[in-house]
Amino acid sequence: MCSLLRGEEMCLAQLFLQSGSAYDCINELGELGLVEFRDLNPGVNAFQRKHVNEIKKCEEMERILGKDILIFNIHMCYHHNYYCSYVHYHWVYVCVCSQEQLQRLEVELGEVTRNKEKLQRNLLELTEYTHMLRTTRNFVQRTSEVSYEEFPFLEKDTLMDYSSMQRLGAKLGFISGLIQRTKIEAFERMLWRVCKGYTILSYAEVEEYLEDPDTGEPTKSVVFLISYWGDQIGQKVKKICDCYHCHLYPYPSSNEERTDVVEGLRTRIQDLHTVLHRTDDYLKQVLMKASESVYTWVIQVKKMKAIYFILNLCSFDVTNKCLIAEVWCPVNDIPTLRRALEEGSRKSGATVPSFVNRIPTNDTPPTLIRTNKFTSGFQNIVDAYGVGNYREVNPAPFTIITFPFLFAVMFGDLGHGVIMALFALWMVLYENNRKLKNTRNEIWNTFFEGRYIILMMGLFSIYTGLIYNDCFSKSLNIFGSGWSVKAMFEAKVWKDADIRGNRVLTLDPNVTGVFRGPYPLGIDPIWNLASNRLTFLNSYKMKMSVILGVIHMSFGVILSTYNYLHFRKKHSLYLVFLPELLFLLCLFGYLVFMIFYKWLVFTAKDSRLAPSILIHFINMFLMQGDGVQPLYPGQTGLQVFLVVIAVLSVPVLLLGKPVYLYWLHNGSHRLGMYRGYERVRRNSEEELYLMRAHDMEEGSSHSDLSTSGERQTEEFDFADEFLHQAIHTIEYCLGCVSNTASYLRLWALSLAHAQLSEVLWTMVMRVGLRMDTSLGVFFLVPVFGLFAVLTVSILLVMEGLSAFLHALRLHWVEFQNKFYSGTGVKFCPFSFSLLPSSFEHDGLL
Amino acid sequence: MPSLLFCGPKMAACGIVISIWGVIMLAMLGIFFSAKSAVLIEDVPFTEEDIRKDTNPPQNIYSLYNQVGINCFIAAGIYVAVGAVSLCQVRLNKRQEYMVT
Repeated sequence: MCSLLRGEEMCLAQLFLQSGSAYDCINELGELGLVEFRDLNPGVNAFQRKHVNEIKKCEEMERILGKDILIFNIHMCYHHNYYCSYVHYHWVYVCVCSQEQLQRLEVELGEVTRNKEKLQRNLLELTEYTHMLRTTRNFVQRTSEVSYEEFPFLEKDTLMDYSSMQRLGAKLGFISGLIQRTKIEAFERMLWRVCKGYTILSYAEVEEYLEDPDTGEPTKSVVFLISYWGDQIGQKVKKICDCYHCHLYPYPSSNEERTDVVEGLRTRIQDLHTVLHRTDDYLKQVLMKASESVYTWVIQVKKMKAIYFILNLCSFDVTNKCLIAEVWCPVNDIPTLRRALEEGSRKSGATVPSFVNRIPTNDTPPTLIRTNKFTSGFQNIVDAYGVGNYREVNPAPFTIITFPFLFAVMFGDLGHGVIMALFALWMVLYENNRKLKNTRNEIWNTFFEGRYIILMMGLFSIYTGLIYNDCFSKSLNIFGSGWSVKAMFEAKVWKDADIRGNRVLTLDPNVTGVFRGPYPLGIDPIWNLASNRLTFLNSYKMKMSVILGVIHMSFGVILSTYNYLHFRKKHSLYLVFLPELLFLLCLFGYLVFMIFYKWLVFTAKDSRLAPSILIHFINMFLMQGDGVQPLYPGQTGLQVFLVVIAVLSVPVLLLGKPVYLYWLHNGSHRLGMYRGYERVRRNSEEELYLMRAHDMEEGSSHSDLSTSGERQTEEFDFADEFLHQAIHTIEYCLGCVSNTASYLRLWALSLAHAQLSEVLWTMVMRVGLRMDTSLGVFFLVPVFGLFAVLTVSILLVMEGLSAFLHALRLHWVEFQNKFYSGTGVKFCPFSFSLLPSSFEHDGLL
Repeated sequence: MPSLLFCGPKMAACGIVISIWGVIMLAMLGIFFSAKSAVLIEDVPFTEEDIRKDTNPPQNIYSLYNQVGINCFIAAGIYVAVGAVSLCQVRLNKRQEYMVT
């Protein structure tokens, strides 16, 4: 109960887990996300923990799975059949993952892929060879008409040619192969320089693109044929070919040989194509089978790793048969925890059940505040300042109303509020749409998380827009204005000549009939036409800001009483809260009273004699009441009284609490024996321990005093306490003044928003509306589009963020300073749903 | 027939939003101009001449008000057309999305 106001009551519990059922019990706990485990082996580093081997195995499996998913994705891109059906991981246990299975899968996939690569390389070589044979045949046929005298080409009769070569004492040799097209010119030049004309190079380009086996890119190759004579030249040519990474193939010496080789190559190529096709099919089959379960396996491995990590945090008991874990658990969830442990024991088939035992502790538990989708946004913005201490008053439920209200005071425009509320309503209505929930755009996620905040801000802005009577900088005349211009004419104050002669005229509310009464809701629409509009509105908004500020701060001070009462610090109620409240109300509460007094008592008739509140306020401090006429009889006396009370409350605030605590701890030494007698009466240490625990839960030990000792006579450091209180006093008193002035930002931002809105209308929309040419209407269409875009970008986004920021600052500093400490630790339960998914980062899941 | 799609899904959605806003706001402006609201006096294109030379005051100003009001209604009508075009673009985009997957 009251979880949102204060946070859940937490307790420290000990889980006794049987070794056999430990894994299953922790599995159950992870599914439920109930408890936070404490580290019972803090001195041990990561490599010395008990289950380090299991964690290593889990990481190995994760690696294999990651690689497999990568291979799977690459292949499925080629064969886009089943790629898109895996959007969600499914929780059904298709097959239990084991490390051996994964390793087998990895080895198999590796083999198949390697074979495929080898075959592809083979295929490439054969294809190149075929190209080469085909092209060089063209060379031979082409150049057979031209025959050199010294080097007749080989024809059908090899023997004859051989002998004719021998006549010259040289052997004609051929080297043929393929080279990349980019290198052929350099190759040719190198050959010429080295062999100086003793070689002949002919080459031709291959039309098709061949795949380069190393890079996989299609490249153009050139078939070349080098004819040389002499052995030395031959070796030089071979070396040069090696340098240029040519693929060399044996050159057939005769045409029959050539045709034979070509035939053989063709069959081999066909065979290879068949084999590659079969390999592809097989690979696809293996991947298909694995893919059905690979996503489940990823989740299982993650869970396994998390469970082993938690098992590492536990310790063994004396008998070494049972695992002990210490957890922080909400008191209301202890029955659920018991049930989960029973479930885990049942699943593992253990004979002895695991159980939970609550233990008392002096440590401060972490803070747990349960929120739903509406309150979580507001709780987040409070937690961004600081997570509350254990069982401290949580400002979030109040923030739900005050934050949108203060935002709306600064934003106050009906039209803009409607647009903001509609935008937020769209987000809220479509909040279950997966596409909206799961985008990775950070900025969109921020807006989406705060959709309820934005909705509240928009609705409140509609209300303040009605009060300020401002809708896209124009006022709405719903009820009929309370001012009448005709009455000025009827009373003969103005004549027709006056209108022609004067630029501006003032409506006098003292003339009968001019001011017929206040506008029922908000600011009268006639002020939109007035040139002294800002003078009127500024005075009104400034006073409103101060009033709202003092109310907000007083509320903050009053909330601190909740803390004092809950933590049994009644002395703070009289020695801290009362002086604080008196100081604030005597000075600034009186200012608010004077504002209301002036509003109510002075009418349009006495407007000339109306005093300035500021002068009166300053005179109050200077104790000079004689210069100006008093607002009411007895004002001087009352003011002196209030100032004296405020000044007296400062030393009480400064000294009260330290002196009282000093007296409490040191003055009671004489009573110590009496207390000791009481202590002796309690014969068991355990009873005392439990009593302390009871006290702890009631919160009495939660104070700034050091209560870590076990005895009632704690160490009390007067100097420390006094310094702390002195800082608090100075901060509070000076803060009262500066924070009240700080609330004037409510006025400043609302003025800025109204003026920006007016400027936008005047500069953009008016230009479109004032077009009186016949085609002017078509100009209005783009002008309105521009107006809409600028409204959204400048007035909604920029001003909205600005007002959001300032409202947040007012909450964090001016409001929470008065009662909130925010130095707690957040409760992070062990839950599988909170595990980060590393695969999501790679975009694979 | 070449594809009628000329803007992406986000641009089409923006088009729809601005069109709806334009229709509502310009229609209301038109109504307020026709009701001769005093707050909108600065947006009416009148000159000194109109006021001085008015034989039957304030009919000149009133006719100007009506003119601006009609302008607003025409602009609202154009935005209805723009909205229809944007709606078509959104539908075409959705259809294309189905075809890819």
